Amino acid sequence: MKTIEEINAIKEKMQKVLNTRESQGENDIRIVVGMATCGIAAGARPVLNAFVEEAARRNLKNVKVTQSGCLGMCKYEPMAQVYVPGKEVITYVRLNEEMARKIIAEHIVNGNVVAGYTLDLE
Amino acid sequence: MFRNHVLVCGGTGCASGNSQQILEEFDKRIKEAGLEKEVKVIMTGCFGLCANGPVVVVYPEGAFYQRITPSDVKEIVDEHIVKGRIVTKLLYKEKDESKKIKALNDTAFYKNQHRVALRNCGLIDPENIDEYIAKDGYQALIKCYTELTPQGVIDIIKESGLRGRGGGGFPTGLKWQFAKNAEGDKKFVCCNADEGDPGAFMDRSVLEGDPHAVIEAMTIAGYAIGSDQGYIYVRAEYPIAVKRLQIAIKQAKEYGLLGKNILGLGHNFDLEIRLGAGAFVCGEETALMASIEGRRGEPRPRPPFPAVKGLFGKPTLLNNVETYANIPQIILNGAAWFASMGTEKSKGTKVFALGGKITNTGLVEIPMGTSLRTVIEEIGGGIPNGKKFKAAQTGGPSGGCIPASHLDTPIDYDNLIKIGSMMGSGGLIVMDEDNCMVDIAKFFLEFTKDESCGKCTPCRIGTTRLLEYLEKITEGKATMQDLEDMEELCYYIKDNALCGLGQTAPNPVLSTLMYFKDEYVAHVKDKKCPAGVCKALLQYYITENCKGCTLCAKKCPVGAISGKVKERHAIDTDKCIKCGVCMDVCKFNAVIKK
Repeated sequence: MKTIEEINAIKEKMQKVLNTRESQGENDIRIVVGMATCGIAAGARPVLNAFVEEAARRNLKNVKVTQSGCLGMCKYEPMAQVYVPGKEVITYVRLNEEMARKIIAEHIVNGNVVAGYTLDLE
Repeated sequence: MFRNHVLVCGGTGCASGNSQQILEEFDKRIKEAGLEKEVKVIMTGCFGLCANGPVVVVYPEGAFYQRITPSDVKEIVDEHIVKGRIVTKLLYKEKDESKKIKALNDTAFYKNQHRVALRNCGLIDPENIDEYIAKDGYQALIKCYTELTPQGVIDIIKESGLRGRGGGGFPTGLKWQFAKNAEGDKKFVCCNADEGDPGAFMDRSVLEGDPHAVIEAMTIAGYAIGSDQGYIYVRAEYPIAVKRLQIAIKQAKEYGLLGKNILGLGHNFDLEIRLGAGAFVCGEETALMASIEGRRGEPRPRPPFPAVKGLFGKPTLLNNVETYANIPQIILNGAAWFASMGTEKSKGTKVFALGGKITNTGLVEIPMGTSLRTVIEEIGGGIPNGKKFKAAQTGGPSGGCIPASHLDTPIDYDNLIKIGSMMGSGGLIVMDEDNCMVDIAKFFLEFTKDESCGKCTPCRIGTTRLLEYLEKITEGKATMQDLEDMEELCYYIKDNALCGLGQTAPNPVLSTLMYFKDEYVAHVKDKKCPAGVCKALLQYYITENCKGCTLCAKKCPVGAISGKVKERHAIDTDKCIKCGVCMDVCKFNAVIKK
């Protein structure tokens, strides 16, 4: 038999899982990871999963991690674009899992674009 | 953590379209791609858009895929799941819209809906109690145990203005109060899931998509009226609903949310399922209880009402599935929240099963007071093939037909009764100009005549005689005197039948007589069926459009068509059995019926 505390613990744990199914609101932040063949070959899958896990770990309900096809600059893969409503779209390049977690912490939570990770076209 | 959720509809509509196989195919393909730890595949309850089933939704994008076959699965997995490219050709499209990618909530079908009873249908896995808990499941029960007295619970239900969703519209809070006030050493809580109206599947969808909501509400009811035993009476023809209920009850017992000393807080409540054998009369409360007791499903006169003397002679609370599905939300969000939706005397929302001549056949939930026009034209997507709206039938065999002149009436209990129909359990059948209203009345009378239990004479003999009048009319053998006699018989049955089945059985006849009397008169006086449905009053003809292709003559099953190649053919009306094959096969629209 479960206690009220145990029921509430299940609720909290499962809400993180079900957050993926909430429909996107206008104020949601979107992180779009390039998951075309080029992206996958460069290691986009673990990057995508790192974004998903870090967002869930921090219980960021207004963040949606989605995939897209080829962004057209295959040599910079794995890439991700961050859409914060009302702000300029930021494109991050040559990502790995650790960088993904840092982007969540710095950019999404603290609101500072992670310099050095972004696309810099000379 | 899963990055994608694939939701496959497991409602009866989509299940009959092979959604189980689609689910298995997803599991297989996702495993092949090595993604089983990253992508979650579940089967949900009904999404509502049954016309476009089988339906699959992929989150977080919310891509709404329609009419999916197992062979489409590979493409969705390879393209969408693996590479992030939504398969646009398989997406749901709205009429007159080029844009295919649509968030679910932006479609006209969902935009005008407000989901309370159906809020978890198509969103959670009904076979996983944890997903229900994530959606505030069992929080209402916890609130009742920890913050509210039994009377406090009933006061909230009373204030909310909730009325019974099974058809009668009796105030639910009052019913609970009667059951609480009744004296007895043992009381019962029952759920009526014997949904029998032709074309209605609201309760089935709630049980299939969110069974725990009903279990939670019944446990709350048990706490409120002081009962430790509940029964859910559900049709055996609903195998998926029964299976999910069984799973849900088992899970709730494992979690200590049903049984002895629930959550360690002292309340005992157990729940059992009773299967109905599919008799329509068992949806009537006294017949239902007789059936649970193991007796023949026959009604008895009231009073005594079930709240005083019900199941096994004990005070019993009996509510419908949809009524229960509203309860946890009312407890959690408060009476004022619920009362803010709807009209003055009908609060909240109502689920309707849309059927008949309508584009979006399916399940919709709207705030009370929404006009029929909004439901049919916007949510329902209008009438297909450019046909004209003729009438909407609500309330099943107990209800009536609403003509085009009342399309703007706000739907609520009292308005529907005022215009000669009733809310009923929520079946809504749309009819176009090709439907004959006499034929519709006949259809419902055939149903009630078959389903009459035979206990009382007005219903047993009355419905039989009424059907005979209708058959006479559709065969062109009736007189104007028959029409008058028929109407008198209707009122006699209404006033004298024992239970709701008989008392409401004449309604389809009376309401069609009220709004479409000219069609009855056309059948009787002119011996014509204006809609071209009643076979006995029709003749098939071949017009000069005939090119003499001989196709109709070849297809005619009785050899009634003769004529030479490249010459106009003719139908021998004596031989013709009016099957309509000639009309269907003619490529030149040369065959007409009148």
